[in-house]
Parts: sequence; structure tokens; C-alpha cells
Amino acid sequence: MLRYLRLLGQWALDWIGALGRASLVWFWSLAGLPRRGDMTLLLKQVYQIGVLSLIIIILSAFSIGGVLALQGYTQLSKVGAEESVGLGVALVLLRELGPVVTGLLFAGRAGSAVTAEIGLMKATDQLSAMEMMGVDPMHRIVAPRLWAGMICMPLLTVIFNAVAIWGSALVGVDWLGVDAGGFWGGMQDGVERWEDIGKGMVKSGVFGMVISWIAVFQGYDSTPTAEGISVATTKTVVYSSVAVLALDFILTLVMYGEFK
Amino acid sequence: MIRMRTIEISVGAFVLAGILCLVFLAFRVSGVGVGDTSGTYMLKARFNDVAGLRVRSKVSLAGVTIGRVAKIGVDSETAEAIVTMEVTDDVKNLPVDTGARIQTEGFLGGRYISIIPGGEDKMLGSGDTITNTQGALVLENLIGDFITKMGSK
Repeated sequence: MLRYLRLLGQWALDWIGALGRASLVWFWSLAGLPRRGDMTLLLKQVYQIGVLSLIIIILSAFSIGGVLALQGYTQLSKVGAEESVGLGVALVLLRELGPVVTGLLFAGRAGSAVTAEIGLMKATDQLSAMEMMGVDPMHRIVAPRLWAGMICMPLLTVIFNAVAIWGSALVGVDWLGVDAGGFWGGMQDGVERWEDIGKGMVKSGVFGMVISWIAVFQGYDSTPTAEGISVATTKTVVYSSVAVLALDFILTLVMYGEFK
Repeated sequence: MIRMRTIEISVGAFVLAGILCLVFLAFRVSGVGVGDTSGTYMLKARFNDVAGLRVRSKVSLAGVTIGRVAKIGVDSETAEAIVTMEVTDDVKNLPVDTGARIQTEGFLGGRYISIIPGGEDKMLGSGDTITNTQGALVLENLIGDFITKMGSK
């Protein structure tokens, strides 16, 4: 009995310790970047994390928009309200699906890659070598990846939303024959700039920060073995996905909840 | 190794695409309608029942949106609801006996205020109150009245 209690305590202490280390990583790398000559590092990471994620984001957005339009049309046409498809799809995408699905894809596509890269650098002693040379790995490796993640997530979310809405218009208007005026008009009547678009962007910014934080920390804190890297990569994807979904609930509660 | 120039250009294109998409969302997807309050004036109306009406509900004249509901309050003395509306300056010539009616948009749609112009020569100014109103028809009340009448027969 006492043994289990001790294990539990140890586990809790390990966990709190990891959180402390993660906060330090976050703090040092946020403080570490703004220096001249860092633009190249940052640009490279925005390319790796953002530009290379575009294809999966666009493909998913298109099919999700199309599916929403199809499903919405099937149900709404039963009550003769198929023109509301546009509004429904836009609200669902801007408020929830856009940030959340982009976050999940981003964690799988970019977060795992960042963890594996930093983990391998650690396993092959590249990070220690940098320290030997007097180069701060926090500044050179971790900070650009963290910043790039925070820059890319909102951009990817905006692109996701636009492509998904375009996809739903393609399916709804051009294929299923919903009246174009009603589709776009209903959308414009119901969607508000700050309430729907703005708050969705706030969500995506928070997700971007948390995902890239988890990714760089798991890589930096991984056990420097082949197995350690694989565990860290898995952890990144699992933790980021859970964090995105849980944070989405909390953010929705805070921003859209009735209680103030 | 990819050349730095390629990376710069593709990152630039990526950011540009993001901005373009944001512009698309802001102007094509979200409302153009009566957004800013610069060209609007206030009208008030008293209703006996505003069930279902919300702040930012539409105010329409002949089916065209001319404003939004800005505030919904209650007058505790007369037990009436006081609705404050922002109406665009384009519609400045509403007579004093103008009516306001709460209607439902479509079958499942939200409530909105329909403005019915009167025939007087004097016009409503900013802050004036419309008294000729008809409140929301609440289906439950109608059914309730109907059942009571049937029962008393």
C-alpha cells in the first residue's frame, strides 16, 4: 500500500517537475528570439512548419467543407431551409471546426516533426555540441520553432476556414443547387466579424502556442535514445490533441458562455 | 538543401495567402449590413411582449434591413418592454404614427422588428418613441387562450 502511495507521489513530483522545466523552456525561448539576424532561422521554420503543412490543410478543409454542406443540405432540405446551409457551415467552421481541426492536423503534421527533429539532435549530441561552441540551443533551435508555430497556426486556420467555406459553396451552390444569393446572403447576415471570426482566431492563436510549446518541450526533454524519441513524438501528438480539445471547451465556455 | 530565396518567397506567399483569406472572410463571409453606428439614429418602441427578440436582431422596413436592435430594457411601472433601435440615416422620414411589429423570420427563423410607416406629416426624430406597436405572438399563449375558450363553452 505504502509502495503505491510512494509511486503516486513520485509520479506527481515528476509531472510537476516536467511542467516547471517546460515553463522554463517556454520563457527562455520567448525571451530568446528578438535579435537581429534571427529572421533567417525563423523564416526557415515558418517554411518547414507552415508552408509544408499547407497541402494537408487545404485538402482536409476542402473535404470537410464539402461534407458539411452535403450533410446540412440533406437535413435542412427536409424542412425547406436549405438556404441556411451557408450560415450553418460558416458558423460551425469559424467558431469550432476551423481552429480545432487545424490544431489537430498541425499537431500531427508539424508538432511531431519538431519533436522528432529536436529529439534526434539531442540523441546525437548536437545540442551539447552547440553549447560547447557557445551557441545557446534554446535561442538557435527551440525559440524559432516556438515562434514559427505561433505565427503559422492562425494563418493556417484562416486558410482552412476560407477553403472550407469555398468547398461548401462549391458543393452546396454549384452541385446541389442551393440558391447562391440565399447561401451567401444568409452567411453575411449571420456571421459577425469579432464574435465569430475574431474569437475563432483567438482560439487558433492559443492552440498554436500550446501545440508548439508541447512539441519543442517534448523534443528537448526526451530521453536521448531511439525509443525515447518515439515516445516523445507519440506524447507530442497525444498531449497536443487532448490539450486542443480541452482548451477548446474552456475557451468556448469563457468566450461564448452565457455566464459573465 | 533548398535555397534561402525559395524559402523567402514561399513564406511570403503563405503570409499573403493568409491575409487574402482573412479579407475574404471579413468581406465575403461576414456581414456588410449596418455595421458602424456613425450614420444611424436611435428610435425607441414600447412593446407588451418581446419574447424571442434579441440585441442585434434586425429592424426592417418593407423587408429591407434598415437597422438593428441596440438595447432591450423593461419599464417596471407599466410592465412594458422598451426596445432601443439603431436605424440608418437613410431612413429619416418616418411619420410619428409609424407602427412597429415583432415578426418571425420564416418557420424556424429569429424574431425581427418590422416597421410600418404611418401617414402623419410630422416625422420621428432621434430618441423618439414608437407607441403604435404589436408585440410578439407567442404560440403557447395562443394555444392556451384557445383551450380556455373551448373549455368555457
